[in-house]
Amino acid sequence: MNAHELYVLEEKKRRWQIHLAQFGLFFLFIGVWEGAVRAGWINDFIFSSPSRIATTIYRMTLDGSLFLHIKITVIETLVSFGIVTLIGIASAVLLWTCTSVAKILEPYLVMLNSLPKSALAPVLIVWLGNDVKTIIVAAVSVAVFGSILTLYTSFKEMDTDLVKLIYILGGNKYSVMKYVLLPGSIPMIISNMKVNIGLCLVGVIIGEFLAAKEGLGYLIIYGSQVFQLDLVIMSIIILCVMAIGLYQIINQIEKHYSR
Amino acid sequence: MTHFLELKSVSYSYQTMEAETLALKEISLQIEEGEFIAIVGPSGCGKSTLLNLICGLIQPDEGEILLKGKPMEEMAMNIGYMLQKDHLFEWRTIYSNVTLGLELQHKLDSNSRKRVDKMLKTYGLSEFAAARPSQLSGGMRQRAALIRTLAMEPELLLLDEPFSALDYQTRLSVCDDIYEILKKENKTAILVTHDLSEAISVGDRVVILGRRPAQIKNIITLSFDQDLTPIQRRNAKPFASYFNTIWKELQENECS
Repeated sequence: MNAHELYVLEEKKRRWQIHLAQFGLFFLFIGVWEGAVRAGWINDFIFSSPSRIATTIYRMTLDGSLFLHIKITVIETLVSFGIVTLIGIASAVLLWTCTSVAKILEPYLVMLNSLPKSALAPVLIVWLGNDVKTIIVAAVSVAVFGSILTLYTSFKEMDTDLVKLIYILGGNKYSVMKYVLLPGSIPMIISNMKVNIGLCLVGVIIGEFLAAKEGLGYLIIYGSQVFQLDLVIMSIIILCVMAIGLYQIINQIEKHYSR
Repeated sequence: MTHFLELKSVSYSYQTMEAETLALKEISLQIEEGEFIAIVGPSGCGKSTLLNLICGLIQPDEGEILLKGKPMEEMAMNIGYMLQKDHLFEWRTIYSNVTLGLELQHKLDSNSRKRVDKMLKTYGLSEFAAARPSQLSGGMRQRAALIRTLAMEPELLLLDEPFSALDYQTRLSVCDDIYEILKKENKTAILVTHDLSEAISVGDRVVILGRRPAQIKNIITLSFDQDLTPIQRRNAKPFASYFNTIWKELQENECS
């Protein structure tokens, strides 16, 4: 075995150990939780337990309601994410095109970005009604202003020499956008998408707390009101998995582009 | 007599909220077709500003710039401009990088493609046509940037320290390459540099600029054997004396 093969083997071993530790941590947590409930250290009516959650998942999978709630939340998140991405890129490009408009709007964007969006939710219900429109608008409002600001800032910081090069080669502002700004900003846009997908999920859950009859956010509120903590904690765990899943989708897109 | 390029007491200043900075003061210069002019001067003296003016990116405050005896607006001349860095776009292949200018001006047809193919071949880049810029060495990247400029068939070429980002060895050989290419195609070129040896090794004339605001201190006509390459020039006899003359001119500048 030569030095390189040895190195590769060591490296593979190290990666396996990390994966092993990651899974180990998960099972340890589950084990301690279940053990603590069985031993009577904590009350499973309040803290639930892995076995009770598993039973709930099984029961709700059989009657099909779990899938419905997950589907609703995923669709709402993806729709609002799509809207945020489109509005974010389009507005940032527009602001970059008209610098004076950008200067005028900047303090307002900063203000809207810092505003706690949950404060808007009651207003949205009154304006838009107790339905899915409110949820989508709430989710979009959580992510969109930050997205515009981040993208616009990165557009502004583009190397001026690249702009000069396009003009030297006979292009105009539109060609700068087409040939330099957008293709050069793809890594930035994708990393912004990673932030946005998480924020959209936050916004969707806020929306579902207030204005929903389906979805995981609704399940959490419903569960807490009827004091079925199994339902609440199960929904939170599914949300964890969902958050990782959605993030991974963007990660795959990033890998595809950086190849 | 009309010159290929003529600057008539051109002045330019930058405006900021704090102050007005005079960058160029009454620059007058005549350049003939096929000439290779080197402009030297202390850094930050406005050398790049001069090139920006000549290629029309900015307009002079005073004076005028004539191309073949006509004002720039009336004379649609193709001017090539090479910057310090190659600025090849990483998201495009070498081929689509060198054809960028043609694409922007909607001149990408079978004729221009043939021309680009031929240049890629001549300058040893044809096997890298599909490669990404990061796979190329610094010298190769600079050659690709040159092809991108030459693909537009410029009559006048502006070079803004195009070798300064390269290491010394590469710099000498790329300088040789580019000089050969320009001489072969009989292009008129203006090279801006702070490297005196480089200026003397390529120029037909060296224009010495003073400190900001830049004024022309002196213009020195170099006489070397016609077919010497830049590297051979560096070993030729008159090189050292030219170097000393220009060096002294620039030093005087520092003190005044």
